[in-house]
Amino acid sequence: MEYKFPNDLKYTLTHEWIRIEDSFAIVGITDFAQHQLGDIVFVELPEVGMAFERGSNAAELESVKAVGDLIMPLSGEIIDVNKNLTDKPELVNLSPFIDGWVLKIEYSHANEIDELLSAEKYKQFVQNEEK
Amino acid sequence: MNSNIQSIFDKENETIQMNFVPKMDIEQTNLNQIIPENLQRKDLPIPNVTEIEIVRHFINLSNKNYGVDTGIYPLGSCTMKYNPKINETIAKLSDFINIHPLQEENQGCLELLYHTSELLGEITGMDGFTLQPAAGAHGELVGLLIIKKFFENKRIKKQKIIIPDSAHGTNPASAKMAGFSIIELTSNEFGEVPLDQLEFALKEGDVAGIMLTNPNTLGIFDRQIKEITRLVHQYGGLCYYDGANLNPMLGICRPRDMGFDIVHLNLHKTFSTPHGGGGPGSGPIGVIEELIPYLPKPCLFSSEKGIMCNNNNDLSIGRIKAFWGNFGVIIRAYAYILALGAEGLKKVGEIAVLNANYLRVLLKEKYNLPFNRICQHEFILSDQGIPNEITTEDIAKRILDYGIYAPTIYFPLIVPGAMMIEPTETESKHSLDNFIEVMNKIYEEARTQPELLKEAPHNMPIKRLDAVTAARKPILHD
Repeated sequence: MEYKFPNDLKYTLTHEWIRIEDSFAIVGITDFAQHQLGDIVFVELPEVGMAFERGSNAAELESVKAVGDLIMPLSGEIIDVNKNLTDKPELVNLSPFIDGWVLKIEYSHANEIDELLSAEKYKQFVQNEEK
Repeated sequence: MNSNIQSIFDKENETIQMNFVPKMDIEQTNLNQIIPENLQRKDLPIPNVTEIEIVRHFINLSNKNYGVDTGIYPLGSCTMKYNPKINETIAKLSDFINIHPLQEENQGCLELLYHTSELLGEITGMDGFTLQPAAGAHGELVGLLIIKKFFENKRIKKQKIIIPDSAHGTNPASAKMAGFSIIELTSNEFGEVPLDQLEFALKEGDVAGIMLTNPNTLGIFDRQIKEITRLVHQYGGLCYYDGANLNPMLGICRPRDMGFDIVHLNLHKTFSTPHGGGGPGSGPIGVIEELIPYLPKPCLFSSEKGIMCNNNNDLSIGRIKAFWGNFGVIIRAYAYILALGAEGLKKVGEIAVLNANYLRVLLKEKYNLPFNRICQHEFILSDQGIPNEITTEDIAKRILDYGIYAPTIYFPLIVPGAMMIEPTETESKHSLDNFIEVMNKIYEEARTQPELLKEAPHNMPIKRLDAVTAARKPILHD
């Protein structure tokens, strides 16, 4: 299976992607993750203003066959969520990196960014998982 | 098979007015004196149909039904064994069905409950039981509330429950409902609990206990079980046994001997009472002596005057079900245990394991078996490597076309495309061979006619449902 791994994004081992923009970060789930979950039918979003530690569950994505967690890749506060996903959860499948974004966070520890994976590293990890 | 599914109201006969309401044989009262007019219903939609229409309607519906009395029901972790009809005969004795728990003369029923608790104690090794929980997950909640109360009473703060990723989904849900937070352990390559991860989690502190299913949902018996329970105890935690998979252990090994402190049983699975379609079930909880004071009240005890109730127990977590639980289910389980006896129950465990392994070995010739080792009551296949990208869902739908119920699919979550197969001890070799033949035929179809599978089922009253649209855009009313 061929998946997309945009080069300008950062990644996690739990299959989130992160777009760093100044003091903000946009977060979603990767193309590989949406393929694994299958057709997403429901997305449970956190409330804006909530703060999470890195590694805690911030959102839930439910498909016909499974439920996946979106895990906070960076500690910080939720400053926006993609409300379109409430009515159109399929955006995560159709456009995981653009229209299917999930959270916008104001991160609190910039040094955590260094621990995120590059597209190349994440791609290697996924290829190993596939074997 | 008649595929026309109409509700009885669609069959309403407008031309003939049926008159089947019998004449009143009691004194009539003015309705307004009993119920205020604004709360009265003016219409009563009783379908206007003839007797034969009613009979045909329900006979045709029953013909569409599928149960273990129709054929094999290999639904993993559900233990859909045959429910002997003697259970029904006994549960329907007039002395059982024409009694109310509030009447004073009910010594026979209390004795049956007490004796059932004793038998379950013998089977599991536990010192005390409550029969109140109405289902397995209800039992889990009761067990966790007991753990919570136990530590509260000792004034020890413990907030976490450890649960491996091979557990039933109800385990983390019950733990959360009881107010605990959950630490998930990732199973190792043998499908067992990784001891190093377990010890790491215990060292972090604050662990109230572990919830384990053994054999787990992969059908694998955890060989390190005594070390697991020893470690949890060493760090001051309690060990909870999810008895959903007890069937293969019957008469062979007991949760108490594995080191567990609390166990729930599913009478509706292991002890052959009808289930599926929403119950009723029964999920008794057994505990070690130290935890008996925390059991729900009232508790039964034996005295010179017979079996008595104890309602004065300050440490009890309180009542969790009206009266004595699902009494009718308990009668059936009692009848089953007595009919089989100790030797018979042991045979149940042995044949359940033999049947599962027979299927496992013959099915792995074609299907992928992610954990290739001797299984207990069930095993997991996956859709990896099936030709033409045929998925587990396609296979499950095609199985229905052959007049067989499908296995549990896409569970456990740790195996992608899982098919979880539990034949139980009550299937004959002939029935198992038939299942294998169907599975092999389907594999051939996947290779040569994949479209047949992708569009299955073909012979069912309802064809493939669009599960995605149904979930995204549900129609919840007309």
